[in-house]
Amino acid sequence: MEKELICVNCPMGCRLTAVIENDTVVSVSGNRCPKGKAYAETECIRPERILTTTVRIMGGIHRVLPVISERELPLDRIFEAMEVLRTVQVQAPVAVGDVVVPDILGTGVSIVAARSMEAV
Amino acid sequence: MYDVVIIGAGITGAMLSRKLSRYQLRIAVLEKENDTAEGATMANSAVIHTGYDPEDGTLKAELNVKGAQQYEEICRELHCLYKTVGAFIAACGPEEEAQLGVLAARADARGVPYRRLTREEAITEEPNLSDGVTAVLDFYTTAVVYPWEVANACMECACNNGVELFLNTPCQAIRREDGCFVIETPQGDIQTRYIVNAAGVHAEDIHAMVAAPSWHMTPRRGEYYVLDEDAKPVQHIIFPVPSKEKGKGVLAIPTVHGNTLIGPNSDFVDDPDDNGTSVDGLAYVCANIGKTLKNIPLNRSIRTFAGVRPTTTCPDFIIEEAADVPHFIDAVSIESPGLASAPAVADRLIEILAKSLELIPNEKAVMTRKAPVVLAECSPEERNALIRENPAYGRMICRCCQISEGEIVDCIRRTCGARSVKGIKKRVGAGFGRCQGGFCEPRVVHILARELGISPLEVEYGAKDSHILERENRV
Amino acid sequence: MKKVDAVIIGGGSAGLSAAVTLKKQGIEDILVIEKDGEPGGILEQCIHNGFGLQTFKEQLSGPAYAERYADMAKKLNVKILLNTMVTNLTADRIVEYVNAEEGCVQIQAGAVILAVGCYERPRGGINITGTRPTGIFTAGQAQRYLNIDGYMVGKRVFILGSGDIGLIMARRMTLEGAEVIGVAELMPYSNGLPRNMKQCLEDFNIPLMLSHTVSKVFGKERLERIEVVEVDENRNPIPGSEQYFDVDTLLLSCGLIPENHLAEHAGIVLNPATKGPVVDDRYMTSAEGIFACGNGLHVHDLVDFVSLQAERAAEGAAAYLKNGKPLGSTLQIKNGNQVSYCVPSQFYPDDPAEKLTVYFRVRTPLDAGTLVIRSGGQIIRKVKKRKLLPSVMEEAVLLGKQMNGLTDDITVEITGEE
Repeated sequence: MEKELICVNCPMGCRLTAVIENDTVVSVSGNRCPKGKAYAETECIRPERILTTTVRIMGGIHRVLPVISERELPLDRIFEAMEVLRTVQVQAPVAVGDVVVPDILGTGVSIVAARSMEAV
Repeated sequence: MYDVVIIGAGITGAMLSRKLSRYQLRIAVLEKENDTAEGATMANSAVIHTGYDPEDGTLKAELNVKGAQQYEEICRELHCLYKTVGAFIAACGPEEEAQLGVLAARADARGVPYRRLTREEAITEEPNLSDGVTAVLDFYTTAVVYPWEVANACMECACNNGVELFLNTPCQAIRREDGCFVIETPQGDIQTRYIVNAAGVHAEDIHAMVAAPSWHMTPRRGEYYVLDEDAKPVQHIIFPVPSKEKGKGVLAIPTVHGNTLIGPNSDFVDDPDDNGTSVDGLAYVCANIGKTLKNIPLNRSIRTFAGVRPTTTCPDFIIEEAADVPHFIDAVSIESPGLASAPAVADRLIEILAKSLELIPNEKAVMTRKAPVVLAECSPEERNALIRENPAYGRMICRCCQISEGEIVDCIRRTCGARSVKGIKKRVGAGFGRCQGGFCEPRVVHILARELGISPLEVEYGAKDSHILERENRV
Repeated sequence: MKKVDAVIIGGGSAGLSAAVTLKKQGIEDILVIEKDGEPGGILEQCIHNGFGLQTFKEQLSGPAYAERYADMAKKLNVKILLNTMVTNLTADRIVEYVNAEEGCVQIQAGAVILAVGCYERPRGGINITGTRPTGIFTAGQAQRYLNIDGYMVGKRVFILGSGDIGLIMARRMTLEGAEVIGVAELMPYSNGLPRNMKQCLEDFNIPLMLSHTVSKVFGKERLERIEVVEVDENRNPIPGSEQYFDVDTLLLSCGLIPENHLAEHAGIVLNPATKGPVVDDRYMTSAEGIFACGNGLHVHDLVDFVSLQAERAAEGAAAYLKNGKPLGSTLQIKNGNQVSYCVPSQFYPDDPAEKLTVYFRVRTPLDAGTLVIRSGGQIIRKVKKRKLLPSVMEEAVLLGKQMNGLTDDITVEITGEE
């Protein structure tokens, strides 16, 4: 079976064609980088996405701190991850890349600060 | 017990409040909305007509001429913007040129100055006049104001002299008790000896609380485009020749700050609060501006709006004590030229009150107000002096109109100050520019919250309960 | 009056990139003027990922991308004035700014780089009729409230316009618990990047209604209901196609417009297609010594291109400060078939840039076509292209030797031939 996909890895948005046999991706074409191949392989089996959102920060110049998953999370667990992050609080100062939630939902993926924020 | 309660804080009620505040009276103004000038005063052509247009023998004719003559002085006293731009009445063909003769004769009789221009002369000043325009009358003393600014300034001045303004206070019923009136409001009863009905499009409802009026409200909606300030298709107000059926027609109006209004149409509406724009109304404006003008860049519209005129079945203003209800005085049917006439309407109302109410001058009354700081009009030296004294004048909030935090804070803290994002827009113009608040609104919300001591969640856009934010996303 | 070699107006992605490049080019005496309290510009509220793949070979969030440039600028001792608004610019490069600390200041700049960004088309520019309740926001406004201030603007949301910010806000508000009812797009194709169609709408089963628009809104204090209509090929509403949705929030994602107040006041010639200044191959505007880049020049879909073009503008400004204007006069780079604009749109045939990347957009989606660059009867380049979309900026590269000595304007066009 062939499946047409749009790679979401980057704004290039490559149009991919994945060939699937017995629930396994056997070939990918249309990708301009290795990430496209990896994307097609997971997308056809269990889609994954980077999660970006905010958490509450105390003592910073803003009320909320943008955070990002350091790698893709399974798309079907995104809402669960949001529930965890809804109640997380961090204290300024924070540096970009600081771990906010390690190993969220046991996925092995950490949620990290997407920017530095000084304390006021 | 109040001596006088004025119902409605539009231009008529506000102008009367200020003029009455020079007397030793206890005065209250009841306004059902969240701010002054929320009805017809907020959404009209903003023109101080000089008085050539109304028919001979009408109150409109008399009060327009007298009112317009007072405006420049009032705006000077209250530090309101007043800009003389001139009005071109553009005739297309011999029939309309004959009409110009009628207007000129009226203007002569009323002492209103004008000059006659040939097409060639007019086109050098207004190159976008349409090819059909054959002759022009230039009423060169015609001015524009921000009507809500004048109304608010009048109310501020009045309140500084002791007038009490009650916002969000609709008048629900009126009883007569022991020779005076009791006005029922959600905030409780208010007793008064006199009532002035300046309730605009709702004036019939108010009158009906004391007696059946001999007239009916037939509200007419007018819709407008607002063009970006950098699109300046006209220098003067451009009118078609007025007609009995269509009123003043579709105009182009350069506003005080250099935007251009294009409109209005005129549609009877059932609901006096129906100030929504419509496809047909805006299409009418588009189609009819072409009579007098060409090259109007409606694609540079930054906003459309509609206002509802308090037209009644009576073709003239109704300014009189109700025949069967002594001490209940109407200021009703104040449609165009109601803005220009407002000072003289107030004078007429005071004459009526004076017949039975003793007016003792209040020596302490001050008819001016403190000039607001307007940085855009200051020299660099003046700005620097202001910023040294108060650094908030150096923090720019509205990018399009260059309005500082200091000016916004001032307009909140003044008497009769801003209570909403729209209130700030009306007072200092933040959000009036091309981005329409896209950039400054979040910043204005925070300033309002801080100054009013409330949460940003409680900040209102305009009307009561018109909250902008739904909830805190991260507690 | 104080003098400075170069003033950069705007400390967002374009301004920071230009500042870093100027320093690298040996222009030391520079000043960046930023209206906000921190550098970074609009990227600070663009917390989604996808930034920096070209520049850093990484997928960063907007704030992280901005931080990289802010750090570079800091290391190079770039002076940034924060909370400072430029209030006027003249054609002879006098920059007037105001802030709380210094007040109102005028400086004479040797060169000026406009990196002023853009603004969102407001409701009045779209002609939605009806009342004026609260609950109608531009997508970027709602994004700022949510991602910087930490407030949600509504519960039941409809989005007009399929621009990227609108799509990203559809996902963002869904993740935060709002119900996004749908996205309407006036055109018969989406205006967003394909990947955002996938990961912002499809992932969450949010319907996209092509050839539809919001025609009317209802509600007194707060938005209560919207009327959505289908439009015909001329974008006129089809009678009888009205649908009504009860929503409390309408987000507008209907186009970005370069912010050109300052340029207009300086008398700089603007391009009606981009609404930004007309620039030559050095990114210089019609006012000598004033350069432009970023979303204030033309609206980009990728920040990486913003940074890249800002570098070119800064190189142009540095060369101008060292050697003055290029030699000779300019020829035009014109829009040919299917091309809605070209930036830059002028070049110097007697003194061409070594290499010039012309950025352009197509007018309508095309499955395939051939990019043809010609000057008079001479074809300079021909390149086959696939899947051309108006939402995706395209490039055409010209080498100095190809432009050298040309006597006719250059035309960039897409032809149907393979």
